[in-house]
Amino acid sequence: MGENDRQAVLMSGNEACVEGALLAGIRFFAGYPITPSTEIAEGLAKRLPRYGGKFIQMEDEIASMAAVVGASLAGAKAMTATSGPGFSLKQENIGFAAMAEVPCVVVNVQRFGPSTGLPTSPAQGDIMQARWGTHGDHPVIALMPASVQECLTLTVEAFNLAEEYRTPVILLMDEVVGHMREGILLPRKEEIVLKERKKPTVPPEEYLPYKADPDGIPPMANFGDGYRYHVTGLVHDETGFPRGRGIDGDRLVRRLVNKVKDNFVPMVEEYLTEDAEIAVVACGSVARSAKRAVDLGREQGIKVGLVRPISIWPFPEKVIRDLAEKVKAFVVPEMNLGQVVLEVERCACGKAGVYGLNRIDAELITPDEILTKIQEVK
Amino acid sequence: MAVKELLAKYTRMEKLPHIWCAGCGHGIILGSVLRAIQRQNLDPFKTTVVSGIGCSSRAPGYMKFDTLHTTHGRALAFATGVKLARPELKVIVLTGDGDCAAIGGNHLIHAARRNIDLTTVVFNNSIYGMTSGQYSPLTPHKRYATTAPYGNVDHPFDLCELVKAAGATYVARGTVYHTQMLIDLIAKGIEHKGFSFIEVVTNCPTYFGRKNKMGSAVDMLNWLKEHAVPVKAAAKLPPEKLADKFVIGELHRGERPEYVEEYQRIIDGLKGE
Repeated sequence: MGENDRQAVLMSGNEACVEGALLAGIRFFAGYPITPSTEIAEGLAKRLPRYGGKFIQMEDEIASMAAVVGASLAGAKAMTATSGPGFSLKQENIGFAAMAEVPCVVVNVQRFGPSTGLPTSPAQGDIMQARWGTHGDHPVIALMPASVQECLTLTVEAFNLAEEYRTPVILLMDEVVGHMREGILLPRKEEIVLKERKKPTVPPEEYLPYKADPDGIPPMANFGDGYRYHVTGLVHDETGFPRGRGIDGDRLVRRLVNKVKDNFVPMVEEYLTEDAEIAVVACGSVARSAKRAVDLGREQGIKVGLVRPISIWPFPEKVIRDLAEKVKAFVVPEMNLGQVVLEVERCACGKAGVYGLNRIDAELITPDEILTKIQEVK
Repeated sequence: MAVKELLAKYTRMEKLPHIWCAGCGHGIILGSVLRAIQRQNLDPFKTTVVSGIGCSSRAPGYMKFDTLHTTHGRALAFATGVKLARPELKVIVLTGDGDCAAIGGNHLIHAARRNIDLTTVVFNNSIYGMTSGQYSPLTPHKRYATTAPYGNVDHPFDLCELVKAAGATYVARGTVYHTQMLIDLIAKGIEHKGFSFIEVVTNCPTYFGRKNKMGSAVDMLNWLKEHAVPVKAAAKLPPEKLADKFVIGELHRGERPEYVEEYQRIIDGLKGE
């Protein structure tokens, strides 16, 4: 089954996200109109009922996140999509989904903030919000696509990871990848590998809904399947019922965090890093400019490479730590005032220079700007 | 059905006794909901109970169904997702006056507007009990609360009128004093296809009662008896006689297509294409 079998289409990142969700088996979407993510809701409003799925435009962002969690508990693969201000509002129930271990996908097409900001302009200012947006310690998986093709494949991956880890997964797009149109190849349905939540193998009377397997992830019964269990955002024990002691909170939250930390292998693309003396670390749309800058630098004889975290959370710590032993400097271009750079500094441990390159004027960082920075630090 | 059998069939006995204060009316509402479920002969394996945050919202923890204790005010939004994803489930929402009328007010009016098939029971004790006695959108004017030390400046909602105007197709109000009527009102709400709403006026002797010098739990139940007027009797009384009273019984019934069924019609229609 070669590439030739696949249908070539021209579409935007938001449209590709819709295709990815449908390939992943989405059966429920709840959302609220917000620029620049609205095309995802519009696409699924049209397509989902044709798959027997349900679309609902809720009264607000909070409600759409809540409805997604409810639908997932009832057994549907569920997603919502939003942008900055809406992502802020969803944090409450993203925390609930993390605590109650309900699989779901949250798309955030990042725009310029804070507040209403520049609604139609790109930014990457929500990197840290994706990590720490809801209160308390919690696990996070967040993926950052850099192309329209990847908007599709990472949407499928986001559903798979949500089901596998029983946790909300954030697809952290940006306005550039969301609205950019590119030719992509639609994968054939049979090429797509889908993962489903683990089901209990014990009869209902023996089911402990929050008793984890050795991988830290408990099997999940859907509401209506006959298991009759309790779900709460309070600290709970293996039975799912509230337990109020500090030690219960410690046990639960450590397991939630560790089930991702211990099992998830950070996703990263490395380009020409083997002999690199300078490593550019860039995500999302900025990584496209960065790749071009690396090529231009190589043409000038500069030993420069690119590290592109695909999973920004968990952050690819080991890749950066290992590179810090070899490279002279890291250049970290991002469309914010310095968020990814903090992670790079942390992982580099002072073993290599770390230089940020930041724009917050709603313009994509250009290859020339990155190249200039590379030349400065070489 | 005897109480023991009712409890054995529908409650998680091992979770009792409940956390509510002595004299609190919430247990009467829980008992009434269970009796209404039994009367309607709901399948315990196909019934989901959803709640928000507050004293009321601890009720599902004692109930032997799939139960979902959500975030503050959001029960109806979670329930909307459950119902749409799995329409064969009967979904009952248990909430409080602060939970559904303040922080959840937006979800309440929109669930009513959609006429989605959810049965909502509001435990209205006119106060935030879980946080120790702050005023809610249903605390009467001039009554006292820890955050209304000089008397409540706000005026309360008439929640039944609110959800009726928003589009609910079954609206009723009961009290924890009138238990047989309450069971009947909840049972009819469960039976109804569409958004059904039952406000239950209940007593909080610990906070609302104490702050407002309303006496013991029994005194508060007697207050409910004296101030609740059945809907038929109220129709014959002049407005001045109803000034300090509230009306109980079935207040509204409407006929409108139900949301999930309407959506299913779209799905079915597209199959033909």
